[in-house]
Amino acid sequence: MEKRAHISGWTLPLLLILPQMAITVIFFYWPASQAIWQSFLREDAFGLASEFVGFENYVSLFEQPEYYRAMVTTAIFSSLVAFFSLSCALLLATQADKNIRGGHAFKTLLIWPYAVAPAIAGVLWIFMFHPTLGTLARPIRAAGIDWNPMLNGTHAMILLVLSATWKHISYNFLFFLAGLQAIPRSVIEAGAIDGAGPMRRFWTIIFPLLSPTTFFLLVVTVVYVFFETFGIIDAVTGGGPAGQTTTLVYKVYADGRLGGDLGGSAAQSVILMVIVIALTAIQFRYVERKVQY
Amino acid sequence: MVENRPFAQFMAYLTLVLGVIVVAFPVYLAIMASTFDAATIINGNMPLIPGDQAAENYTRTLFYGGKQAREPVAMMMVNSMVMAMGIAIGKIIISILSAFAVVYFKFPFRKTAFWIIFITLMLPVEVRIYPTYKIVADLGLLDTYTGLIMPLIASATGTLLFRQFFMTIPDELLEASKIDGAGAFRFFKDTLLPLSITTIAALFVIQFIYGWNQYLWPLLITTKSSMQTIVIGIKKMITTTDALTEWQIAMTTAVLAMVPPVLVVIFMQRLFVKGLVETEK
Repeated sequence: MEKRAHISGWTLPLLLILPQMAITVIFFYWPASQAIWQSFLREDAFGLASEFVGFENYVSLFEQPEYYRAMVTTAIFSSLVAFFSLSCALLLATQADKNIRGGHAFKTLLIWPYAVAPAIAGVLWIFMFHPTLGTLARPIRAAGIDWNPMLNGTHAMILLVLSATWKHISYNFLFFLAGLQAIPRSVIEAGAIDGAGPMRRFWTIIFPLLSPTTFFLLVVTVVYVFFETFGIIDAVTGGGPAGQTTTLVYKVYADGRLGGDLGGSAAQSVILMVIVIALTAIQFRYVERKVQY
Repeated sequence: MVENRPFAQFMAYLTLVLGVIVVAFPVYLAIMASTFDAATIINGNMPLIPGDQAAENYTRTLFYGGKQAREPVAMMMVNSMVMAMGIAIGKIIISILSAFAVVYFKFPFRKTAFWIIFITLMLPVEVRIYPTYKIVADLGLLDTYTGLIMPLIASATGTLLFRQFFMTIPDELLEASKIDGAGAFRFFKDTLLPLSITTIAALFVIQFIYGWNQYLWPLLITTKSSMQTIVIGIKKMITTTDALTEWQIAMTTAVLAMVPPVLVVIFMQRLFVKGLVETEK
Protein backbone atom coordinates (compact mmCIF):
# COMPACT_ATOMS: atom_id res chain seq x y z
CA MET A 1 0.00 0.00 0.00
CA GLU A 2 1.25 3.46 -0.91
CA LYS A 3 -0.18 6.92 -0.67
CA ARG A 4 -0.64 8.75 -3.95
CA ALA A 5 -0.05 12.19 -2.50
CA HIS A 6 3.07 12.99 -0.54
CA ILE A 7 4.55 15.89 1.32
CA SER A 8 7.87 16.94 -0.16
CA GLY A 9 11.13 17.30 1.70
CA TRP A 10 13.09 14.71 3.58
CA THR A 11 14.80 16.37 6.52
CA LEU A 12 11.47 16.70 8.34
CA PRO A 13 10.49 13.03 8.06
CA LEU A 14 13.94 11.98 9.22
CA LEU A 15 13.52 14.21 12.26
CA LEU A 16 10.04 12.79 12.89
CA ILE A 17 11.25 9.22 12.79
CA LEU A 18 14.40 9.94 14.80
CA PRO A 19 12.96 9.48 18.34
CA GLN A 20 11.58 6.04 17.59
CA MET A 21 14.73 5.02 15.74
CA ALA A 22 16.96 6.15 18.58
CA ILE A 23 14.94 4.28 21.20
CA THR A 24 14.65 1.19 19.03
CA VAL A 25 18.36 1.04 18.34
CA ILE A 26 19.50 1.80 21.91
CA PHE A 27 17.04 -0.38 23.77
CA PHE A 28 16.30 -3.02 21.20
CA TYR A 29 18.89 -3.73 18.55
CA TRP A 30 21.87 -3.02 20.74
CA PRO A 31 20.76 -5.34 23.58
CA ALA A 32 19.52 -8.01 21.18
CA SER A 33 22.88 -8.08 19.39
CA GLN A 34 24.63 -8.09 22.77
CA ALA A 35 22.59 -11.15 23.72
CA ILE A 36 23.69 -12.92 20.57
CA TRP A 37 27.33 -11.91 21.10
CA GLN A 38 27.28 -12.89 24.78
CA SER A 39 25.92 -16.29 23.94
CA PHE A 40 29.30 -17.05 22.33
CA LEU A 41 31.32 -15.83 25.30
CA ARG A 42 32.19 -17.26 28.65
CA GLU A 43 32.81 -14.93 31.57
CA ASP A 44 35.09 -15.88 34.40
CA ALA A 45 33.69 -16.15 37.90
CA PHE A 46 34.31 -12.51 38.69
CA GLY A 47 32.91 -11.11 35.45
CA LEU A 48 36.25 -9.46 34.72
CA ALA A 49 37.33 -11.27 31.59
CA SER A 50 35.48 -13.12 28.93
CA GLU A 51 36.68 -15.37 26.14
CA PHE A 52 35.13 -16.46 22.89
CA VAL A 53 33.96 -20.04 23.17
CA GLY A 54 31.96 -20.52 19.98
CA PHE A 55 28.89 -22.71 20.42
CA GLU A 56 30.03 -24.08 23.76
CA ASN A 57 27.25 -22.33 25.69
CA TYR A 58 24.67 -23.88 23.39
CA VAL A 59 26.25 -27.30 23.58
CA SER A 60 26.40 -27.28 27.36
CA LEU A 61 22.81 -26.03 27.46
CA PHE A 62 21.64 -29.05 25.54
CA GLU A 63 23.63 -31.29 27.85
CA GLN A 64 21.73 -30.03 30.89
CA PRO A 65 18.83 -32.21 31.98
CA GLU A 66 17.34 -29.07 33.57
CA TYR A 67 17.03 -27.44 30.18
CA TYR A 68 15.04 -30.34 28.78
CA ARG A 69 12.92 -30.32 31.89
CA ALA A 70 12.21 -26.61 31.40
CA MET A 71 11.21 -27.36 27.80
CA VAL A 72 8.86 -30.12 28.88
CA THR A 73 7.43 -27.92 31.64
CA THR A 74 6.85 -25.09 29.16
CA ALA A 75 5.21 -27.47 26.69
CA ILE A 76 2.87 -28.94 29.33
CA PHE A 77 2.07 -25.53 30.80
CA SER A 78 1.29 -23.93 27.44
CA SER A 79 -0.79 -26.80 26.10
CA LEU A 80 -2.89 -26.99 29.26
CA VAL A 81 -3.46 -23.24 29.42
CA ALA A 82 -4.19 -23.10 25.69
CA PHE A 83 -6.66 -25.97 25.91
CA PHE A 84 -8.56 -24.71 28.95
CA SER A 85 -8.57 -21.02 28.14
CA LEU A 86 -9.65 -21.59 24.53
CA SER A 87 -12.38 -24.09 25.33
CA CYS A 88 -13.84 -22.14 28.28
CA ALA A 89 -13.73 -18.93 26.27
CA LEU A 90 -15.42 -20.57 23.29
CA LEU A 91 -18.14 -22.03 25.49
CA LEU A 92 -18.82 -18.64 27.11
CA ALA A 93 -18.67 -16.79 23.80
CA THR A 94 -21.18 -19.10 22.10
CA GLN A 95 -23.58 -18.59 25.01
CA ALA A 96 -23.10 -14.81 25.04
CA ASP A 97 -23.65 -14.74 21.27
CA LYS A 98 -27.17 -16.11 21.71
CA ASN A 99 -29.79 -13.45 21.61
CA ILE A 100 -30.31 -13.12 25.33
CA ARG A 101 -31.12 -10.24 27.58
CA GLY A 102 -28.18 -8.63 29.30
CA GLY A 103 -25.69 -10.02 26.81
CA HIS A 104 -23.71 -6.82 26.97
CA ALA A 105 -23.54 -6.85 30.76
CA PHE A 106 -22.16 -10.39 30.65
CA LYS A 107 -19.52 -9.24 28.23
CA THR A 108 -18.38 -6.49 30.61
CA LEU A 109 -18.42 -8.91 33.54
CA LEU A 110 -16.25 -11.39 31.68
CA ILE A 111 -13.57 -9.23 30.10
CA TRP A 112 -12.11 -7.28 33.00
CA PRO A 113 -9.59 -9.93 34.20
CA TYR A 114 -7.56 -8.89 31.15
CA ALA A 115 -6.64 -5.79 33.15
CA VAL A 116 -5.30 -7.74 36.14
CA ALA A 117 -1.51 -8.01 36.19
CA PRO A 118 -0.23 -11.60 35.89
CA ALA A 119 1.62 -11.32 39.19
CA ILE A 120 -1.56 -10.09 40.92
CA ALA A 121 -3.54 -12.95 39.36
CA GLY A 122 -0.96 -15.30 40.84
CA VAL A 123 -1.32 -13.70 44.27
CA LEU A 124 -5.11 -14.02 44.16
CA TRP A 125 -4.93 -17.72 43.35
CA ILE A 126 -2.22 -18.55 45.86
CA PHE A 127 -4.40 -16.89 48.49
CA MET A 128 -7.37 -19.07 47.54
CA PHE A 129 -5.34 -22.26 47.47
CA HIS A 130 -2.83 -21.54 50.20
CA PRO A 131 -2.37 -24.86 52.07
CA THR A 132 -3.07 -23.45 55.52
CA LEU A 133 -5.35 -20.47 55.03
CA GLY A 134 -6.81 -20.82 51.53
CA THR A 135 -10.59 -20.79 51.42
CA LEU A 136 -10.67 -23.39 48.66
CA ALA A 137 -7.72 -25.41 49.94
CA ARG A 138 -9.61 -26.37 53.10
CA PRO A 139 -12.28 -28.48 51.35
CA ILE A 140 -9.55 -30.18 49.30
CA ARG A 141 -7.58 -31.05 52.39
CA ALA A 142 -10.74 -32.09 54.18
CA ALA A 143 -11.35 -34.54 51.33
CA GLY A 144 -8.12 -36.25 52.33
CA ILE A 145 -5.81 -34.88 49.65
CA ASP A 146 -2.54 -33.55 50.97
CA TRP A 147 -2.81 -30.36 48.95
CA ASN A 148 0.38 -28.34 49.10
CA PRO A 149 1.54 -26.36 46.06
CA MET A 150 4.60 -25.20 48.01
CA LEU A 151 5.99 -28.73 48.21
CA ASN A 152 4.26 -30.71 45.50
CA GLY A 153 5.30 -29.94 41.92
CA THR A 154 2.06 -31.22 40.38
CA HIS A 155 -0.03 -29.12 42.73
CA ALA A 156 2.12 -26.09 41.94
CA MET A 157 1.61 -26.66 38.22
CA ILE A 158 -2.16 -27.02 38.68
CA LEU A 159 -2.22 -23.70 40.50
CA LEU A 160 -0.20 -22.02 37.74
CA VAL A 161 -2.46 -23.42 35.02
CA LEU A 162 -5.55 -22.23 36.90
CA SER A 163 -4.30 -18.69 37.41
CA ALA A 164 -2.86 -18.34 33.89
CA THR A 165 -6.11 -19.67 32.39
CA TRP A 166 -8.25 -17.44 34.57
CA LYS A 167 -6.41 -14.38 33.37
CA HIS A 168 -6.47 -15.29 29.69
CA ILE A 169 -10.09 -16.43 29.25
CA SER A 170 -11.26 -12.83 28.90
CA TYR A 171 -8.95 -12.18 25.97
CA ASN A 172 -9.94 -15.31 24.08
CA PHE A 173 -13.60 -14.70 24.93
CA LEU A 174 -13.50 -11.25 23.36
CA PHE A 175 -11.98 -12.48 20.12
CA PHE A 176 -14.25 -15.53 19.89
CA LEU A 177 -17.29 -13.32 20.42
CA ALA A 178 -16.14 -10.97 17.67
CA GLY A 179 -15.52 -13.99 15.42
CA LEU A 180 -18.97 -15.41 16.14
CA GLN A 181 -20.68 -12.11 15.47
CA ALA A 182 -18.94 -11.91 12.11
CA ILE A 183 -20.54 -15.17 10.92
CA PRO A 184 -23.50 -14.30 8.69
CA ARG A 185 -26.85 -15.27 10.22
CA SER A 186 -28.05 -16.48 6.83
CA VAL A 187 -25.56 -19.36 6.82
CA ILE A 188 -26.80 -20.56 10.20
CA GLU A 189 -30.44 -20.14 9.22
CA ALA A 190 -29.81 -22.11 6.04
CA GLY A 191 -28.40 -24.90 8.20
CA ALA A 192 -31.46 -24.77 10.42
CA ILE A 193 -33.83 -24.98 7.43
CA ASP A 194 -31.94 -28.06 6.29
CA GLY A 195 -32.81 -29.58 9.63
CA ALA A 196 -29.50 -29.30 11.50
CA GLY A 197 -29.91 -28.90 15.27
CA PRO A 198 -27.85 -26.47 17.38
CA MET A 199 -25.04 -28.97 18.06
CA ARG A 200 -24.78 -30.07 14.46
CA ARG A 201 -24.77 -26.42 13.31
CA PHE A 202 -22.02 -25.61 15.75
CA TRP A 203 -19.69 -28.39 14.67
CA THR A 204 -20.34 -28.29 10.93
CA ILE A 205 -20.87 -24.57 10.31
CA ILE A 206 -19.76 -22.33 13.17
CA PHE A 207 -16.63 -24.14 14.35
CA PRO A 208 -15.05 -24.44 10.88
CA LEU A 209 -15.83 -20.81 10.13
CA LEU A 210 -14.20 -19.83 13.41
CA SER A 211 -11.02 -21.75 12.70
CA PRO A 212 -8.97 -18.69 11.64
CA THR A 213 -9.85 -17.02 14.96
CA THR A 214 -9.07 -20.20 16.87
CA PHE A 215 -5.71 -20.54 15.20
CA PHE A 216 -4.83 -16.91 15.82
CA LEU A 217 -5.80 -17.25 19.48
CA LEU A 218 -3.80 -20.43 19.81
CA VAL A 219 -0.63 -18.64 18.72
CA VAL A 220 -1.34 -15.62 20.92
CA THR A 221 -2.06 -17.87 23.90
CA VAL A 222 1.19 -19.78 23.44
CA VAL A 223 3.13 -16.51 23.24
CA TYR A 224 1.27 -15.35 26.37
CA VAL A 225 2.17 -18.49 28.29
CA PHE A 226 5.79 -18.28 27.17
CA PHE A 227 6.37 -14.70 28.25
CA GLU A 228 3.64 -12.99 30.21
CA THR A 229 3.18 -15.77 32.72
CA PHE A 230 6.59 -14.91 34.11
CA GLY A 231 4.87 -12.73 36.70
CA ILE A 232 2.51 -15.54 37.72
CA ILE A 233 5.34 -18.05 38.11
CA ASP A 234 7.52 -15.67 40.06
CA ALA A 235 4.68 -14.74 42.41
CA VAL A 236 3.21 -18.22 42.90
CA THR A 237 6.09 -20.69 42.86
CA GLY A 238 9.34 -18.91 42.06
CA GLY A 239 10.07 -21.77 39.66
CA GLY A 240 9.87 -24.30 42.46
CA PRO A 241 9.39 -26.62 44.22
CA ALA A 242 12.82 -27.92 43.20
CA GLY A 243 12.64 -26.31 39.78
CA GLN A 244 9.52 -28.23 38.81
CA THR A 245 7.69 -25.17 37.47
CA THR A 246 10.68 -23.48 35.83
CA THR A 247 9.75 -22.56 32.28
CA LEU A 248 12.18 -21.50 29.56
CA VAL A 249 11.70 -17.79 30.24
CA TYR A 250 11.94 -18.26 33.98
CA LYS A 251 15.19 -20.14 33.47
CA VAL A 252 16.69 -17.25 31.47
CA TYR A 253 15.93 -15.02 34.43
CA ALA A 254 17.04 -17.46 37.12
CA ASP A 255 20.29 -18.51 35.41
CA GLY A 256 21.30 -14.95 34.62
CA ARG A 257 20.35 -13.36 37.90
CA LEU A 258 20.61 -16.00 40.54
CA GLY A 259 23.13 -18.26 38.84
CA GLY A 260 25.30 -15.53 37.32
CA ASP A 261 25.73 -17.61 34.16
CA LEU A 262 25.34 -14.77 31.65
CA GLY A 263 26.66 -16.71 28.65
CA GLY A 264 24.26 -19.60 29.23
CA SER A 265 21.40 -17.20 29.92
CA ALA A 266 22.18 -15.31 26.69
CA ALA A 267 22.23 -18.56 24.72
CA GLN A 268 18.79 -19.36 26.12
CA SER A 269 17.59 -15.88 25.16
CA VAL A 270 18.74 -16.44 21.60
CA ILE A 271 16.89 -19.75 21.40
CA LEU A 272 13.76 -18.03 22.73
CA MET A 273 14.14 -15.26 20.16
CA VAL A 274 14.18 -17.89 17.42
CA ILE A 275 11.03 -19.49 18.86
CA VAL A 276 9.19 -16.15 19.04
CA ILE A 277 10.21 -15.18 15.53
CA ALA A 278 8.95 -18.55 14.28
CA LEU A 279 5.63 -18.11 16.10
CA THR A 280 5.23 -14.55 14.81
CA ALA A 281 6.04 -15.64 11.27
CA ILE A 282 3.36 -18.33 11.49
CA GLN A 283 0.89 -15.77 12.76
CA PHE A 284 1.69 -13.34 9.94
CA ARG A 285 1.35 -15.97 7.28
CA TYR A 286 -2.09 -16.62 8.66
CA VAL A 287 -2.94 -12.91 8.67
CA GLU A 288 -1.74 -12.58 5.08
CA ARG A 289 -3.98 -15.44 4.06
CA LYS A 290 -6.94 -13.89 5.81
CA VAL A 291 -6.36 -10.60 4.03
CA GLN A 292 -6.35 -12.33 0.66
CA TYR A 293 -9.74 -13.91 0.61
CA MET B 1 -30.70 -17.93 17.91
CA VAL B 2 -32.65 -19.48 15.12
CA GLU B 3 -35.22 -21.49 17.01
CA ASN B 4 -36.77 -20.38 20.25
CA ARG B 5 -35.84 -22.94 22.88
CA PRO B 6 -36.42 -21.90 26.46
CA PHE B 7 -34.13 -24.65 27.69
CA ALA B 8 -31.22 -23.42 25.54
CA GLN B 9 -31.85 -19.90 26.83
CA PHE B 10 -31.75 -21.17 30.37
CA MET B 11 -28.51 -23.07 29.75
CA ALA B 12 -26.96 -19.97 28.23
CA TYR B 13 -27.78 -17.95 31.34
CA LEU B 14 -26.58 -20.70 33.62
CA THR B 15 -23.23 -21.03 31.81
CA LEU B 16 -22.67 -17.29 31.73
CA VAL B 17 -23.60 -16.80 35.37
CA LEU B 18 -21.28 -19.65 36.38
CA GLY B 19 -18.56 -18.12 34.21
CA VAL B 20 -18.97 -14.74 35.85
CA ILE B 21 -18.89 -16.31 39.33
CA VAL B 22 -15.69 -18.26 38.60
CA VAL B 23 -14.10 -15.16 37.10
CA ALA B 24 -15.13 -12.90 39.96
CA PHE B 25 -14.58 -15.21 42.92
CA PRO B 26 -10.80 -14.76 43.36
CA VAL B 27 -11.26 -11.01 43.37
CA TYR B 28 -14.25 -11.18 45.71
CA LEU B 29 -12.14 -13.19 48.13
CA ALA B 30 -9.33 -10.62 47.94
CA ILE B 31 -11.77 -7.81 48.68
CA MET B 32 -13.14 -9.75 51.65
CA ALA B 33 -9.62 -10.43 52.92
CA SER B 34 -8.91 -6.71 52.82
CA THR B 35 -11.63 -6.18 55.44
CA PHE B 36 -10.33 -8.57 58.12
CA ASP B 37 -7.44 -8.52 60.56
CA ALA B 38 -4.44 -10.83 60.23
CA ALA B 39 -5.61 -13.34 62.85
CA THR B 40 -8.95 -14.01 61.17
CA ILE B 41 -7.22 -14.79 57.89
CA ILE B 42 -4.40 -16.89 59.34
CA ASN B 43 -6.66 -19.32 61.19
CA GLY B 44 -8.08 -20.37 57.83
CA ASN B 45 -11.74 -19.70 58.55
CA MET B 46 -12.20 -16.36 56.86
CA PRO B 47 -15.93 -15.55 56.53
CA LEU B 48 -17.28 -14.73 53.07
CA ILE B 49 -19.01 -11.58 54.24
CA PRO B 50 -17.09 -8.33 54.83
CA GLY B 51 -15.42 -7.71 58.18
CA ASP B 52 -14.92 -4.39 59.93
CA GLN B 53 -11.21 -3.78 59.38
CA ALA B 54 -11.47 -2.20 55.93
CA ALA B 55 -10.72 1.38 57.01
CA GLU B 56 -7.81 0.30 59.17
CA ASN B 57 -6.32 -1.94 56.45
CA TYR B 58 -6.61 0.56 53.64
CA THR B 59 -5.19 3.45 55.67
CA ARG B 60 -2.29 1.35 56.93
CA THR B 61 -1.54 -0.07 53.52
CA LEU B 62 -1.73 3.20 51.67
CA PHE B 63 0.00 5.57 54.05
CA TYR B 64 2.23 3.66 56.45
CA GLY B 65 5.27 1.48 55.87
CA GLY B 66 5.23 -2.11 57.03
CA LYS B 67 7.30 -4.33 59.27
CA GLN B 68 9.94 -5.09 56.67
CA ALA B 69 10.74 -1.49 55.79
CA ARG B 70 8.06 -1.38 53.13
CA GLU B 71 7.16 1.86 51.44
CA PRO B 72 3.58 3.10 51.79
CA VAL B 73 1.54 1.66 48.93
CA ALA B 74 0.36 5.13 47.88
CA MET B 75 3.98 5.76 46.91
CA MET B 76 4.07 2.56 44.86
CA MET B 77 0.85 3.57 43.14
CA VAL B 78 2.39 6.90 42.21
CA ASN B 79 5.35 5.04 40.69
CA SER B 80 3.05 2.69 38.79
CA MET B 81 0.99 5.62 37.56
CA VAL B 82 4.06 7.53 36.34
CA MET B 83 5.34 4.43 34.60
CA ALA B 84 2.00 3.54 32.97
CA MET B 85 1.34 7.11 31.84
CA GLY B 86 4.92 7.50 30.63
CA ILE B 87 4.77 4.33 28.57
CA ALA B 88 1.34 5.12 27.13
CA ILE B 89 2.05 8.76 26.28
CA GLY B 90 5.63 8.13 25.16
CA LYS B 91 4.59 5.35 22.84
CA ILE B 92 1.78 7.40 21.34
CA ILE B 93 4.05 10.38 20.66
CA ILE B 94 6.94 8.53 19.09
CA SER B 95 4.75 6.19 17.09
CA ILE B 96 2.35 8.79 15.69
CA LEU B 97 5.34 10.87 14.54
CA SER B 98 7.11 7.95 12.92
CA ALA B 99 3.91 6.69 11.27
CA PHE B 100 3.30 10.21 9.92
CA ALA B 101 6.82 10.20 8.45
CA VAL B 102 6.54 6.71 6.96
CA VAL B 103 3.10 7.23 5.40
CA TYR B 104 3.16 10.83 4.20
CA PHE B 105 6.74 11.42 3.11
CA LYS B 106 9.08 9.92 0.57
CA PHE B 107 12.58 9.89 1.93
CA PRO B 108 15.68 7.77 1.50
CA PHE B 109 15.64 4.48 3.43
CA ARG B 110 11.93 4.83 4.20
CA LYS B 111 11.29 1.12 3.64
CA THR B 112 14.39 0.22 5.66
CA ALA B 113 13.26 2.44 8.51
CA PHE B 114 9.83 0.83 8.47
CA TRP B 115 11.29 -2.66 8.60
CA ILE B 116 13.71 -1.75 11.38
CA ILE B 117 10.72 -0.69 13.46
CA PHE B 118 8.50 -3.52 12.30
CA ILE B 119 10.87 -6.31 13.40
CA THR B 120 10.73 -5.11 17.01
CA LEU B 121 7.17 -6.39 17.07
CA MET B 122 8.55 -9.87 17.43
CA LEU B 123 10.71 -9.69 20.50
CA PRO B 124 9.20 -9.12 23.93
CA VAL B 125 11.40 -7.54 26.58
CA GLU B 126 11.69 -10.89 28.37
CA VAL B 127 14.16 -12.33 25.87
CA ARG B 128 16.66 -9.52 26.01
CA ILE B 129 16.51 -8.57 29.67
CA TYR B 130 20.13 -8.78 30.78
CA PRO B 131 21.73 -6.90 27.89
CA THR B 132 19.02 -4.22 28.17
CA TYR B 133 19.63 -4.09 31.90
CA LYS B 134 23.33 -3.55 31.27
CA ILE B 135 22.69 -0.69 28.85
CA VAL B 136 20.29 1.01 31.22
CA ALA B 137 22.85 0.59 34.01
CA ASP B 138 25.64 2.02 31.83
CA LEU B 139 23.47 5.02 31.03
CA GLY B 140 22.99 5.55 34.77
CA LEU B 141 19.24 5.04 34.52
CA LEU B 142 18.73 2.38 37.21
CA ASP B 143 16.10 3.46 39.73
CA THR B 144 14.83 6.26 37.50
CA TYR B 145 11.52 6.75 35.78
CA THR B 146 13.34 7.19 32.47
CA GLY B 147 14.93 3.76 32.89
CA LEU B 148 11.55 2.24 33.74
CA ILE B 149 9.80 3.79 30.77
CA MET B 150 12.22 4.11 27.84
CA PRO B 151 13.03 0.45 27.05
CA LEU B 152 9.35 -0.44 27.06
CA ILE B 153 8.28 2.15 24.51
CA ALA B 154 10.64 0.64 21.94
CA SER B 155 8.02 -1.37 20.10
CA ALA B 156 6.29 -1.41 16.79
CA THR B 157 2.65 -1.86 17.80
CA GLY B 158 1.84 1.85 17.91
CA THR B 159 3.55 2.70 14.64
CA LEU B 160 1.76 -0.12 12.86
CA LEU B 161 -1.59 0.89 14.30
CA PHE B 162 -1.23 4.52 13.22
CA ARG B 163 0.15 3.53 9.84
CA GLN B 164 -2.83 1.28 9.27
CA PHE B 165 -5.18 4.08 10.25
CA PHE B 166 -3.44 6.76 8.14
CA MET B 167 -3.69 4.49 5.12
CA THR B 168 -7.49 4.63 5.37
CA ILE B 169 -7.55 8.45 5.29
CA PRO B 170 -8.38 9.61 1.76
CA ASP B 171 -5.51 11.19 -0.17
CA GLU B 172 -7.83 14.04 -1.12
CA LEU B 173 -7.52 15.45 2.39
CA LEU B 174 -3.79 15.98 1.95
CA GLU B 175 -4.29 17.36 -1.55
CA ALA B 176 -6.96 19.77 -0.31
CA SER B 177 -4.82 20.99 2.54
CA LYS B 178 -1.89 21.45 0.14
CA ILE B 179 -4.08 23.56 -2.13
CA ASP B 180 -5.08 25.61 0.90
CA GLY B 181 -1.39 26.27 1.39
CA ALA B 182 -0.98 24.28 4.61
CA GLY B 183 2.46 22.86 5.37
CA ALA B 184 3.26 19.50 6.90
CA PHE B 185 2.81 20.76 10.44
CA ARG B 186 -0.58 22.37 9.75
CA PHE B 187 -1.79 19.21 8.00
CA PHE B 188 -0.70 17.10 10.95
CA LYS B 189 -2.23 19.37 13.56
CA ASP B 190 -5.47 20.38 11.82
CA THR B 191 -6.33 17.27 9.82
CA LEU B 192 -4.50 14.16 10.96
CA LEU B 193 -4.57 14.66 14.71
CA PRO B 194 -8.32 15.37 15.03
CA LEU B 195 -9.08 12.34 12.87
CA SER B 196 -6.81 10.13 14.99
CA ILE B 197 -8.39 10.89 18.37
CA THR B 198 -10.19 7.54 18.77
CA THR B 199 -7.14 5.60 17.64
CA ILE B 200 -4.99 7.53 20.10
CA ALA B 201 -7.46 6.89 22.90
CA ALA B 202 -7.67 3.18 22.11
CA LEU B 203 -3.90 2.85 22.06
CA PHE B 204 -3.71 4.78 25.30
CA VAL B 205 -6.07 2.39 27.07
CA ILE B 206 -4.13 -0.69 25.95
CA GLN B 207 -0.73 0.78 26.72
CA PHE B 208 -1.82 2.08 30.10
CA ILE B 209 -2.84 -1.42 31.14
CA TYR B 210 0.34 -2.85 29.65
CA GLY B 211 2.47 -0.32 31.53
CA TRP B 212 0.66 -0.66 34.84
CA ASN B 213 1.00 -4.44 34.77
CA GLN B 214 4.70 -4.63 33.91
CA TYR B 215 6.55 -7.01 36.14
CA LEU B 216 9.92 -8.33 35.01
CA TRP B 217 11.43 -5.05 33.90
CA PRO B 218 10.70 -3.03 37.07
CA LEU B 219 11.77 -6.07 39.11
CA LEU B 220 15.20 -5.92 37.51
CA ILE B 221 15.95 -2.24 37.42
CA THR B 222 14.49 -0.95 40.67
CA THR B 223 16.68 -1.56 43.67
CA LYS B 224 15.48 1.26 45.89
CA SER B 225 12.20 0.53 47.59
CA SER B 226 11.10 4.10 46.90
CA MET B 227 11.03 3.31 43.16
CA GLN B 228 9.02 0.12 43.40
CA THR B 229 5.79 -0.24 41.48
CA ILE B 230 2.75 -1.74 43.17
CA VAL B 231 2.90 -5.02 41.21
CA ILE B 232 6.46 -5.58 42.43
CA GLY B 233 5.61 -4.37 45.92
CA ILE B 234 2.93 -6.95 46.47
CA LYS B 235 5.22 -9.80 45.46
CA LYS B 236 7.76 -8.62 48.04
CA MET B 237 4.99 -8.72 50.66
CA ILE B 238 4.20 -12.39 50.24
CA THR B 239 7.70 -13.54 49.48
CA THR B 240 8.83 -13.62 53.09
CA THR B 241 8.26 -16.81 55.03
CA ASP B 242 4.64 -17.57 55.66
CA ALA B 243 4.40 -16.60 59.30
CA LEU B 244 5.51 -13.08 58.52
CA THR B 245 3.20 -12.47 55.58
CA GLU B 246 0.61 -9.91 56.51
CA TRP B 247 -2.10 -11.32 54.30
CA GLN B 248 -4.63 -8.60 55.01
CA ILE B 249 -2.12 -5.98 53.84
CA ALA B 250 -1.08 -8.06 50.84
CA MET B 251 -4.68 -8.56 49.73
CA THR B 252 -5.51 -4.89 50.30
CA THR B 253 -2.57 -4.06 48.06
CA ALA B 254 -3.78 -6.57 45.46
CA VAL B 255 -7.18 -4.86 45.41
CA LEU B 256 -5.56 -1.43 45.09
CA ALA B 257 -3.34 -2.69 42.27
CA MET B 258 -6.35 -3.93 40.32
CA VAL B 259 -8.49 -0.83 40.68
CA PRO B 260 -6.97 1.55 38.08
CA PRO B 261 -6.61 -0.86 35.12
CA VAL B 262 -9.93 -2.59 35.79
CA LEU B 263 -11.74 0.75 35.96
CA VAL B 264 -10.13 1.71 32.67
CA VAL B 265 -11.41 -1.48 31.04
CA ILE B 266 -14.91 -1.14 32.43
CA PHE B 267 -15.44 2.55 31.71
CA MET B 268 -13.61 2.69 28.41
CA GLN B 269 -14.78 -0.68 27.19
CA ARG B 270 -15.44 0.41 23.62
CA LEU B 271 -11.98 1.94 23.26
CA PHE B 272 -10.43 -1.02 25.04
CA VAL B 273 -11.99 -3.52 22.65
CA LYS B 274 -11.06 -1.40 19.65
CA GLY B 275 -7.47 -1.07 20.84
CA LEU B 276 -7.13 -4.74 21.65
CA VAL B 277 -8.53 -5.94 18.35
CA GLU B 278 -6.54 -3.48 16.27
CA THR B 279 -3.14 -3.72 17.93
CA GLU B 280 -3.18 -7.49 17.54
CA LYS B 281 -3.61 -7.44 13.80
